[in-house]
Amino acid sequence: MSTLETRFAGIKCLNPFWLASGPPTNCGEQIMRAFDAGWGGAVWKTIGTQVTNVSSRYSSIDWNGQKMMGLNNIELISDRPSEVNLREMTEVKRRYPKHVVIASLMVESKREAWHEMVQRAEGAGADGLELNFGCPHGMSERGMGSAVGQVPEYCEQIVGWVKETARTPVIVKLTPNISDIRLPARAAKHAGADALSAINTINSITGIDLDTLEPRPNVDGKSSHGGYCGPAVKPIALNMVQQVMSDPQAVLPMSGIGGIGSWQDAAEYILLGAGTVQVCTAVMHYGYRIVEDMGDGLLAWMRRKGYESLSDFRGLSLLRMCDWKHLNLNFKVVAHIDESKCIGCELCYTACWDGAHQCIHLDRALAAPDTMRTPAMVAEESSRRISTTPIAKLDLNGGGVQGPYVTPLERIPRVDEEHCVGCNLCSLVCPVPECITMQRVDTGLVPETWAERVAANDGTEVDSAGKCAGR
Amino acid sequence: MSMSESTNFFSRAQGSVEVAARFAELHPPLEKTAAVIEALRCLYCFDAPCAAACPTHIDVPKFIKKIASGNLEGSARTILDANILGASCARACPVQVLCEGACVMHRYNKQPIEIGRLQRFATDALHASGAPLPFSPGADTGRRVALIGGGPASLACAAELRRRGVRAAIFDARPLPGGLNTYGIAEYKLPLAESLREIDLLAQLGVEFHFETVVDAAKLAELDASYDAVFLGMGLGGIHKLGVVGEELEGVTNALEFIAGYKSGTIHRAPARVAVIGAGNTAIDAANAAVRLGANEVHMVYRRGSEQMSAFAFEYEHAREVGVKFLWHVMPVGVVGTKQVQGLELAHLETTDDGSLVTRPGENFVLATDLIVLAIGQATHTEFLDRTPVRDGAKVRLERGRIVIDRDTGQTSNPKYFAGGDCVNGGREVVDAVADGKRAGIGIAAWLAGQRANSLEIAGGYDVNA
Ligand SMILES: Cc1cc2nc3c(=O)[nH]c(=O)nc-3n(C[C@H](O)[C@H](O)[C@H](O)COP(=O)(O)O)c2cc1C
Ligand code: SF4
Ligand code: SF4
Ligand code: SF4
Repeated sequence: MSTLETRFAGIKCLNPFWLASGPPTNCGEQIMRAFDAGWGGAVWKTIGTQVTNVSSRYSSIDWNGQKMMGLNNIELISDRPSEVNLREMTEVKRRYPKHVVIASLMVESKREAWHEMVQRAEGAGADGLELNFGCPHGMSERGMGSAVGQVPEYCEQIVGWVKETARTPVIVKLTPNISDIRLPARAAKHAGADALSAINTINSITGIDLDTLEPRPNVDGKSSHGGYCGPAVKPIALNMVQQVMSDPQAVLPMSGIGGIGSWQDAAEYILLGAGTVQVCTAVMHYGYRIVEDMGDGLLAWMRRKGYESLSDFRGLSLLRMCDWKHLNLNFKVVAHIDESKCIGCELCYTACWDGAHQCIHLDRALAAPDTMRTPAMVAEESSRRISTTPIAKLDLNGGGVQGPYVTPLERIPRVDEEHCVGCNLCSLVCPVPECITMQRVDTGLVPETWAERVAANDGTEVDSAGKCAGR
Repeated sequence: MSMSESTNFFSRAQGSVEVAARFAELHPPLEKTAAVIEALRCLYCFDAPCAAACPTHIDVPKFIKKIASGNLEGSARTILDANILGASCARACPVQVLCEGACVMHRYNKQPIEIGRLQRFATDALHASGAPLPFSPGADTGRRVALIGGGPASLACAAELRRRGVRAAIFDARPLPGGLNTYGIAEYKLPLAESLREIDLLAQLGVEFHFETVVDAAKLAELDASYDAVFLGMGLGGIHKLGVVGEELEGVTNALEFIAGYKSGTIHRAPARVAVIGAGNTAIDAANAAVRLGANEVHMVYRRGSEQMSAFAFEYEHAREVGVKFLWHVMPVGVVGTKQVQGLELAHLETTDDGSLVTRPGENFVLATDLIVLAIGQATHTEFLDRTPVRDGAKVRLERGRIVIDRDTGQTSNPKYFAGGDCVNGGREVVDAVADGKRAGIGIAAWLAGQRANSLEIAGGYDVNA
């Protein structure tokens, strides 16, 4: 029997699915409904000195009809009094003792202020503390949030103050608005943090109203940069998680955050070493109910793969990440089109001509291969072809489909395998699943990496920094 | 009418409320959100097969992406640039066998993009915006072309000519322009008023219209003398007669008159029993119209079986859905009645071994009916060309009554004459006529430019027309 139960920095979890600190965790009533829906934990909306928020606060990016590919916000930390938040936290813990409640905290950069806040949160029953060093707007202007997370020394100092008094695990939430996320992570670890979470939101401007020229979100005709999250940020977040998890000086239990909304997303974070995952935007979009399929789907996948617990696969893909210089230069794949699946959209053709290496051709129906025919020539020929409405009995267009496939032969592109560099682009644009596959070709060469080539040329040792931990 | 005046044919449509109510649109317009969602589904194929299948080669993915991006103005311009009657084609085209029939989605998720409805969405938006036609006439070349017939072929030809600075004068026998586009398309597909609205837009290019003008041999000779080129776009002639006893009785009509009658408001109702003879798309349109006009028993009568009918399969389905009944393998041998039609006498037909049809003697029967609608094909209408002047040793060459042209330019064997549409292809779709007219318009302008270059050469560089 596979299980989703897990431990994170010593905290027992019913499952790895936590709500990230944000609007879904504004109050106790919400969090209890979330637990009823199946969430294993919740990081309370950041508690600290009470703030005033603006209206409006959010803006988003839609993409090709999909709403909220990316979400941007200029909201601050909790605008409720901390006593109210903490009173409700006690109530939640009383009613849901097995569920994880983490107090997210942000106060002035003063030792006493942090001591007091930590003690109050733990007194309220929090299972752990998350230090919000990530909020990129507003709070950072007051010397908090990402203003701390961007300076490893500040980070180290505050974690040190917290650790002086904290009895529960201390999680440091990292900001992505920094060129090397490993530096604050190392500082946190050095100061004794028990765990990390990443990422908080990314500085962003989502767009501008082209009628009024006002950037969004609009606050009385003006706007301010916000923090970006949602599906669009997942690749950035995954990279940051991997960077930290592959760094021996930074690695700690990791709560992965950023663009998570499905069991696949969760699995990917865990494969890169995350212990738990946190979700904000997807819940803001669809509600707490999404956790059901996250659990159901993840368990089904684990059963298919033969994994009994999360630790059976945690970090496995981390073992396959390395620096570019350790990749095999003599490995080669080429694109292969399955003619029986191809629908003849010719998107691979334009992609390869305009965006890759001009090695897909439309010459299957010609007498001989023609690699010199450009897209413009193809389009020009078509524009001059005369076509008429077919009438069954006197069809001027000639008989149906030519060639052995459902798609007319002249519309099925051909890959010139000799010149294909194996970039993947055509297989990425092809709308048909498994129609273009990248197939390995034997180069007859022994594996060689850039690091090895340089070493061989220079007669030096192979640079092993950034090598894969696996294989 | 002078070239710059704007027309208002739309206001001259005499629709009847009753007919409008009975001919509700077959394909309702797309609502805005639905249009954008549908547009986003389009894959944006390269050298798109939908565009290749369109006789006017509208750049389908280009106009669809402009709907998705919210650039409706550009979308309509893309459509009209390739097909000046893009609005009526969006409604009248048998898209199932054209663009939508060729859509790659048939091989993907089996749901082709609704190109016709998207095209209508974009062109409707242009009409609704009240914006002018997004093209302007070319600089005047001083050249003049007479266009015979005011249907889609001539209209498309005229638009190309005007965009190239050639003057265009259309001569039509009817009181309103558009030919079959105005008078012959089932009202539930393309209302008469919509055809006129589109022509009003086109007319902004400055087209001269001469209505109620029959062009016979004498008139043609006159036009030949005063115009630099002639475009023949008069379509086909009347519907064939049955050639049986009683055909002259009251209550025998033909499909074109019947359809034009209800569309232009002279026919409001059909009698209880109607028999339509023929099984082409026009026959089906007439039968469907009879049902909508109140007939409670409509029969279609055809010499052969359902497999041989020339109507598109989806048209046949449509007729069956509205309750039209079919009598296969029968042939009319007489019309029964004294003054008014009472019935149609039919004989059973059999196919012999050599494929010819013979009647089964002694088994004739009478189908009781109040109205007989003939839809057994149209005759050609080209006799008046017999007396066109011979030029460069050539007359306008005909083949089985149809005008023979060079398909790329529309030029006939008499170089001054160009032709397109039904009088060339024997009767196809509006879009085929538009494509012919468009190629001919470009062809004429190029030929005229060549003529001018020649005359300049002959005159030693002095422009005799300047
Ligand atoms: C409206 C909004 C408010 C947020 N407020 C907080 C906050 O108070 N404290 C915090 O640590 N993170 C806050 N976040 C960041 C989220 O916890 C999370 O790190 C980020 O949204 C990325 O995850 P996602 O892609 O699942 O949304 C907020 C995010 C949003 C959208
Ligand atoms: S893999 Fe890249 S280079 Fe090769 S055919 Fe595809 S797009 Fe072209
Ligand atoms: S992208 Fe795929 S479906 Fe489209 S033409 Fe290329 S191989 Fe065929
Ligand atoms: S074939 Fe279909 S999917 Fe492709 S461009 Fe045309 S409408 Fe779009």
